[in-house]
Amino acid sequence: MSALLEVEDLKVAFTRRGEPDSVAVDGVSFDVQPGEIVGLVGESGCGKSVTSLAIMRLLPERGNRVTGSIRMDGDELTALSDGQLRERRGRDLSMIFQDPLSSLNPVITVGLQITEVLTRHRGMDKKAARAEAVELLDRVGIPDPRRRLDAYPHQLSGGMRQRALIAIALACSPRLLIADEPTTALDVTIQAQILDLLKQLVAETGTALVMITHDLGVVAGLCDRVNVLYGGRIVERAERHELFRAPRHPYTHGLLGSIPRLDGPPGEDLAAIKGSVNDNLPWTSACAFAPRCPNALEVCTSVTPAPVEDGRFLRCHNPVGAS
Amino acid sequence: MLRFIVRRLIQVVPTLLLLSVLLFAWLRSLPGGPAAALLGDKATPEKIAELNTVLGLDQPIPVQYVKFLGRAITGDFGNSLITGEPVTTEIARALPATIELSVAALLIAVVLGIPLGYLAARYRGRPLDTTTIIGTLVGVAVPVFFLGYLLKQWFAVDLGWFPPSGRQAVDIEATHVTGFAVLDGLLTREFDASWDALTHLVLPAIALATIPLAVIVRITRASVLDVMGSDFVRTANSKGLAPGTVRQRHVLRNALLPVSTTIGLQTGLLLAGAVLTEKVFVWGGLGTLLAQAIERRDYPRLQAVVLLGALVYVLVNLLVDLSYAIIDPRVRVR
Repeated sequence: MSALLEVEDLKVAFTRRGEPDSVAVDGVSFDVQPGEIVGLVGESGCGKSVTSLAIMRLLPERGNRVTGSIRMDGDELTALSDGQLRERRGRDLSMIFQDPLSSLNPVITVGLQITEVLTRHRGMDKKAARAEAVELLDRVGIPDPRRRLDAYPHQLSGGMRQRALIAIALACSPRLLIADEPTTALDVTIQAQILDLLKQLVAETGTALVMITHDLGVVAGLCDRVNVLYGGRIVERAERHELFRAPRHPYTHGLLGSIPRLDGPPGEDLAAIKGSVNDNLPWTSACAFAPRCPNALEVCTSVTPAPVEDGRFLRCHNPVGAS
Repeated sequence: MLRFIVRRLIQVVPTLLLLSVLLFAWLRSLPGGPAAALLGDKATPEKIAELNTVLGLDQPIPVQYVKFLGRAITGDFGNSLITGEPVTTEIARALPATIELSVAALLIAVVLGIPLGYLAARYRGRPLDTTTIIGTLVGVAVPVFFLGYLLKQWFAVDLGWFPPSGRQAVDIEATHVTGFAVLDGLLTREFDASWDALTHLVLPAIALATIPLAVIVRITRASVLDVMGSDFVRTANSKGLAPGTVRQRHVLRNALLPVSTTIGLQTGLLLAGAVLTEKVFVWGGLGTLLAQAIERRDYPRLQAVVLLGALVYVLVNLLVDLSYAIIDPRVRVR
């Protein structure tokens, strides 16, 4: 089976005159199979959102440099003209963002924000688009969808707004959906609902989903495969059960250890990963995670760990569980 | 909506009352006075006192104020000390000229300002943007009367493209219907009169438009830049919408909110600019009345014109608030 999306050696650097480039994504490669749910996991600043924006080509026009290859169905997205890309965005691939309130236009109705995708990509007239929009809102679980069409974003609750954004993203049945922390801005109870909805919708439509999150709990309930990012590089990739059963990279291990467990003894301290992203070493001459790593060896601060593909992808000198 | 308008209109009353008190006190605390100004060189303390008695200015200020207020409520603002005519008559005659000039200036400022500001934002950092920014700085910095004289010298005197002053050529026979010269010509089908009035209007309108134009350009540019970086514009782009749709439906509609506030504020300031512009171009509107009144300490006329200006300012800003309710669904007027 050929991959739906192939990202190869993606690098994104933010450039500022008079300052050295700051590298946000540093040679990320991964693929997504049709209908698959793939997680990109990491803490703030690890480059996961930048990766997703680079795939959609939604990074600011200036002040950054993107290299590498992003192929969808074999077509090189980075080589498409702006017009060609606009034809595909919203139709073949679409995106859901973190903050549903700021991601919706405050001065036009939710209905128009849905129908404009339908008229653009599916050639519907106004009436047909409105009828379809009602269907869509109904499918994402918004009660009384006909009335909601004429509502403005501020008149909806946070959860409903995110549902509306999902309706927009799925309006043209894209084959790839990128969700950038879609539940971070929502209440915990709503988070679960939205995740269930996403899971159900991608299963129904066969849409592949790239789930970007800092929350391994989200990954656990959703993803088929998981990429763990640190400092702009993928440090571990594995099938979900494998990853949770036996995390190999000390960073993944640390992330899993920081999740509270219902079956753990009460009052148990959570394991924390010491230090912060600011302690990172440059990947070019070390392992970026070394200063925070409990397993660090001398070699970790002087030699870049080479990626190893052995059942799972791993970038570590001294993985967890190695003798 | 209607309740909102009515309530806002009622709020105008205390505003104007307070302003009239301040204005009354402030005018009478200025050195000199109408009597000295009227008598000029012949003024002696005795004659001034005599004239003050005639004008009622010898009475205590609170008494004068109450009398003024009592008449003002009936629409009588007294007679001008310069012409002896009722100031309301004077104002009614001068008002169309100033409205015509202000509307023309505002049209220029809005029609040029919003697109220019948008283009500057879109081509941020490029030559068009830099030129626009420098241009708006100059526009704000150059005094209106100086620019007025420059325009007059270049385009009226040197090049002869436009008439240097006045509202209409003396040899044009024009029927007056509304007092708005351009409109009158159209209404009476005297198109030559309309055209003539229009050519008279160009230079003063440009002079008066510069400051509001510059301000509108700047605010539009800043606002568009702000909106272009917002999440919902990113969403619009992620939907693959055509660039024109993103621009109009998503960027411009949101970016115009602060611009409409600016337009309101600038409209209020036009009267100040009109005083100088009218002076340069011998326009004969409210600005001219006001300038004369200040020189001659014509209290009745001053009071009426300033209060009218304040009323216009308040009403324009009410319109701005109402426009907000139309553009922005989050604003519900109650």
